[in-house]
Amino acid sequence: MTRLVIDPVSRVGGNLRVEVELTAGTVTDAWTSATMYRGIERTLVGRDARDAWLYAQRVCGTCGITHAIASARAVENALGIAIPRNARLLRNLMAGTQLVVDHAAGFYLSQSLDWVDLASALDADPASTSTLARSLSDWPSSSPSYFGSVQQRLATLVRSDQPGPFAHASWGHPAYALPPDANLMVAAHYLEALDWRRRIMRIQVLLGGKSPHPQTFLVGGMAVAAAWGGPMRPSPGEHQWDLETASPAALSANGLSDISGLIDEARAFAEQVYVPDVTMIVKAYAGRSPIDAGIGHYLSFGDFAEDDSERPTLLLPRGRVMGNDLSGVVAVSETGVGESVDHSWYTTGADDGTLVAPGVGRTEPRYAGPRPPFDTLEGFDRYSWVKAPRYEDDPMEVGPLARLLVAVASPGATPHALARAVSQVGLEPEALFSSLGRTVARATESLFVANRLGPWLTNLKDDLAAGDLAMADISMWDVASWPAEARGFALAESARGAVGHWVTIRNHRIASYQIVDATTWNGSPRDARGRRGAIEQALIGTPVVDPDRPIEILRTIRSFDPCLTCAVH
Amino acid sequence: MDRLDEGLLAGLMARGVSRRSFLKLCVTMTGVLALPAAYAPRVAAAVAAAPRMPVIWLRGQGCGGDTEALLRGANPTTAELLLDLLSVDYHDAFMMSSGTAAVATQAEVRARYPNGYFAIVEGAIPTAEDGAFLTIGGRPFGDIVREVCAGAVGTIAVGSCAFDGGLASANGGSTGAVGVGRIVSDARLVTLPGCPVNAENLTATILHYLTFQAMPATDGRGRPLFAYGGLIHNQCGRRSHFEFGEFVQAWGDEGAQKGWCLYKMGCKGPETFANCPTVRYASGTSWPVKAGAACIGCTTPGFWDAMSPFSGRLPSPIPFAPDVSADQVGQVLVGGVGVLVAAHGTASFARSKLARIRARSSPAETARLSVAVPAGPTATEPSPAAPEAAGPVESTPTATAAERAAEPSVVPAEPSAAEPTATAVEPSVVPAEPVAATQPGEPAEAADPVPTVEPSPTVEPSPTDDRTPTDDAAVDPAADTTATDGR
Repeated sequence: MTRLVIDPVSRVGGNLRVEVELTAGTVTDAWTSATMYRGIERTLVGRDARDAWLYAQRVCGTCGITHAIASARAVENALGIAIPRNARLLRNLMAGTQLVVDHAAGFYLSQSLDWVDLASALDADPASTSTLARSLSDWPSSSPSYFGSVQQRLATLVRSDQPGPFAHASWGHPAYALPPDANLMVAAHYLEALDWRRRIMRIQVLLGGKSPHPQTFLVGGMAVAAAWGGPMRPSPGEHQWDLETASPAALSANGLSDISGLIDEARAFAEQVYVPDVTMIVKAYAGRSPIDAGIGHYLSFGDFAEDDSERPTLLLPRGRVMGNDLSGVVAVSETGVGESVDHSWYTTGADDGTLVAPGVGRTEPRYAGPRPPFDTLEGFDRYSWVKAPRYEDDPMEVGPLARLLVAVASPGATPHALARAVSQVGLEPEALFSSLGRTVARATESLFVANRLGPWLTNLKDDLAAGDLAMADISMWDVASWPAEARGFALAESARGAVGHWVTIRNHRIASYQIVDATTWNGSPRDARGRRGAIEQALIGTPVVDPDRPIEILRTIRSFDPCLTCAVH
Repeated sequence: MDRLDEGLLAGLMARGVSRRSFLKLCVTMTGVLALPAAYAPRVAAAVAAAPRMPVIWLRGQGCGGDTEALLRGANPTTAELLLDLLSVDYHDAFMMSSGTAAVATQAEVRARYPNGYFAIVEGAIPTAEDGAFLTIGGRPFGDIVREVCAGAVGTIAVGSCAFDGGLASANGGSTGAVGVGRIVSDARLVTLPGCPVNAENLTATILHYLTFQAMPATDGRGRPLFAYGGLIHNQCGRRSHFEFGEFVQAWGDEGAQKGWCLYKMGCKGPETFANCPTVRYASGTSWPVKAGAACIGCTTPGFWDAMSPFSGRLPSPIPFAPDVSADQVGQVLVGGVGVLVAAHGTASFARSKLARIRARSSPAETARLSVAVPAGPTATEPSPAAPEAAGPVESTPTATAAERAAEPSVVPAEPSAAEPTATAVEPSVVPAEPVAATQPGEPAEAADPVPTVEPSPTVEPSPTDDRTPTDDAAVDPAADTTATDGR
C-alpha cells in the first residue's frame, strides 16, 4: 500500500491537493483538500447590502456571474423585491452565456487533454482527419490543409525546446484510447475554443461592461438601460465613432444585433464542434467499465426562471435523485442544507460535527493541518479548507450530470431534451454514473442552454419594442424603507453545479452571510460520520497504471470541473 | 533550435500567424502604451527580433479572474499569447503536468533562464499562520513567490489582489494577505491593479519590455503611467454630461437611458487612476460606465474599503484638475486609509471654514454651501498621522431627514440659459459632503509632506453650477488662508 500525493492538480479552478492510497495499483482511499482560504463571507459582514453582489462575484473569476446574481437575489428575497421581466431575461442571458462557454471552453482547455493524446496527433494524416471531422458535423474548418497547418503548428511547439504548457505531458500513456486523427481533430478544436470563448464573451462586455466581473447587476434588477427613443435611435450621449467602430450600446439595435449574432456563434460551436467531439470520445471510451460511479446521490437546486411568478418554472429543474434510482425525483428545499466542519479547518465553537444550516452558519477559520512546508496530510483528522455540506445528512454530487438525471427522472415529463441528446450519444443509462457521464452531460447541457439564449433575447427585444423599458425595481433602493432585520436566500446553478447564498441584513448592513458552492459539495471532505465527498468517493476503485503519470485519477477529478476557489470562498 | 537566433516573428510566421496581424498588434499596443504613432515601427522591429520570453505565472489567493481576463485577449489572441509570443512554461490553469512534475518545471525555468524570464503573479499572498492559508505542493505561497521572482528579469503583479492584498485583505481580513510588493523588492516589480486586470495593459507592458529592454515608467506604487497616469474622470465619455449637470438620479431613469453621468449613483471615476475609458475591454467594446454601471474604483489601493459603499458618493480630496496624477496627489491621498482619514478631516475642516465663509457670504451662497457639508467628527485639522480603523465609510446617497429639513429649495446662483428640466429635481439626491477643488490647472505643492492638496468645501455640481473659476475662488478656503485677514 502506497500513498500518492498530487499537489497542485493543474487545470482545475483554484488550489487542489489530492492524496490517495494505492493498493495493488488501485485507489482504495482518497482525500481531496483545498489549500487556499480567503474568507469572503466574513468580509461581507458590515457592508451595505446593496453592494453584496460585487463582493460575492469575486468568489470566482469564471462563474462570478452566478454568484453575483445569487447574491442580488438573496437580498431581493430578504426585502421582498420582485425584479422586472427584462431584468430576469438579461440575467438569464448573461448567466446562460457563461454556462455555455464555461462548459465548452472548459472542456477543451481543462479536460480534453485527459482524453486526447497530443503527441499522437502529430502522427495523424490530415486527410483522414478531415474525413473524420466531416463525418461528424458540417463545421466549416475541416479541410485537410487546415488540419495540416494545425499539425505543423503543434509539432513546431511540442518538439521545440520551449513547449510551453505542453511540457511533461503523459504522451503515449496506455489510458489514451483515441486514434491519431481523432486526437488531431480535438487538438484543432482546442485552439479554436480559445478564440471562440473570447468572441462570445463580448456578450458579457456589451451587457456588463467587462468580463470577467461584469458590473451592471443591481439589487432590484439590472443597471443596463434601454436606449432613449428606442433601439433604432442612437443614444444622445453616444459618439458616432463608437457606432462605427463596433462599440454600440448594448440595447441599441446594433447592440442587440451583435448579441444575436454571437448567440448564433455560440450555438453553432456547441452543436457542431463540442457535442460531436464528446460523442466521439464517449464511443471510444465507453467499452471500459465505469469505475468512478461515486456517491450515487445527485442534487440540483435548479435555475433559469422562465417566468416571473413566485415559484417559476426552471429551465434546469430542481430536485434530487437518490441511490442512482431514476424512477423518481425527490423534493429539494433550502432547509435541507447543512454543513459540518468535522474534518475541515474551521470551528463552530460547539460540536463541529453537527450539521449547521447556512442561514445561521458562521465561518471561523482554524487551521489544524501540518505546519508548512509539509509532505503529507496523513494523520491529520482535519485536512481541508472546504466545509462538508450534506442534504438531510446525505453527501451529494452536483453539476450537469445531476441536472440531467433530475430532468430524466422527473415524473410525467415528456422525454427531456437533455435526455434525448444523451440517448443519441448511445450511452446506456447505467453508464451515465461515471466520468464519461459527467463529460457527456456537460456537453449536451451546453447545447441545451445555448438553444434558449435566442428565445430569451427575442423576448427582451419584444418587450423593448412594446415599450416595456423597466430594467429594475428601485422602489426599495432607499435603505430608509428597509425593515430593521431581514433574512433571505437564493438557490442557483453555476456551470459546475448547485450554488446557495444566505444573508441576514440588519439596519441595511450585512449581519451574516453564508455561501455553499457547487464544489463545496463535490470537493467536500468527510463528514462527522466519516462519509466521503463526491470526488473522494468517485476515486475509489480507480486503477492507476503508472503512479508517476496518474492520468486516470486526474481524468476523474477533472470530469467534475471542480473549482476549489469557489468551494472555500 | 536556439531561441535567441530565431526571433519572434519568424517563429510566429512558422506557426501560421500572419505578418499583417503581427503588425496590427504592434500598432495597437503602441496606442495602448500612449506612445506617438511613429513608435509603432520600432515596436514591430524590436518584437519581431525578440526571443520568446519564458513566463512563470503564479496564481495565488484570489479568484483567478486575471487569468480569465487573459483568456479574453483579442490581439494577440489567447492562443498566440500563450503559445506563440511567450513561452508560458508554468501556469496551473493550462499546463499538462500536475504535482511534483509541475513544480519541477519552475526549477527548470529558473535554472535555464536565469534573469531571463517573466514572473507574473495574480492573487494575494497570505502571511498569517506560517502561510497555511495558501500552500501549493505543501509550500507556503509566499516562499514560492519569493523564489520565483528572485530569478526573474522582472515581476508583473496583475490584479488588485497581487497589488495590495485585494479582497482577502479587505477590512484587515483574517489571513494576513499582502500584495507582491511586500514579498518582492520594488526595483523590478510592475503592478497592474484592477479587478480584474485589463489584459491589454499586461500585453502592452510585456511589449514595452521587448521593445525597450526596460519596464515602462511607473508611479510610486509601481503602476505604469501609460495605464494609470490619469483619472478616469478626465477620459470619460460621459464627462460632458457631468459638466452640463446632467446626472442619472435613479437607476433606469431618463438620464440613465440617455447615458448621463453616473456621479450621483456613486461613480468613483473622479477618484480613480486607470485607462478603462480609452482602452476599454474586449477590443474597445465597452467598460462599466459605458454599460451603465458606476465605476467602483478598482485600481485604487484598498478599494474594497476606500471606495465603498459603491453606490454612494464619498468625500474625496482629489481635485477636479485635468493633469493630476497619483504621485502629485500624494501618498496619503492614494492610500485607502488615508482617504478615509482625510475625508473625515475634510468634513470638519470644511465646517470650520464654512463658518468664516458664511460670515461674509450672501444668503444664497450660504444656502448653496449648506448643502455641501455633513455632520461628523469635530477635529479641526486633517490628521493623516493617526489612521482610523479601516472600515466602510458610512454614506447615504440621500440626505437624512434632518439635513433635508435644513436644506433650502434650489436657489440658483446664476440662472443659466438652458436648464434641462429633467435635472431640476434637487437637492434630495445631492449627497451631503464636500469635494475638494483647487483652481483648475493648479498643481499641488509637491514639497509639502502633509497632504499636498488643501481640502476645501465646494458645492456639488448642480444644473446651474457652471463652475467658473470665480465661483471657486469665492469659496476656496485655501485662498482664504493665504489672503490677509482683511477679507
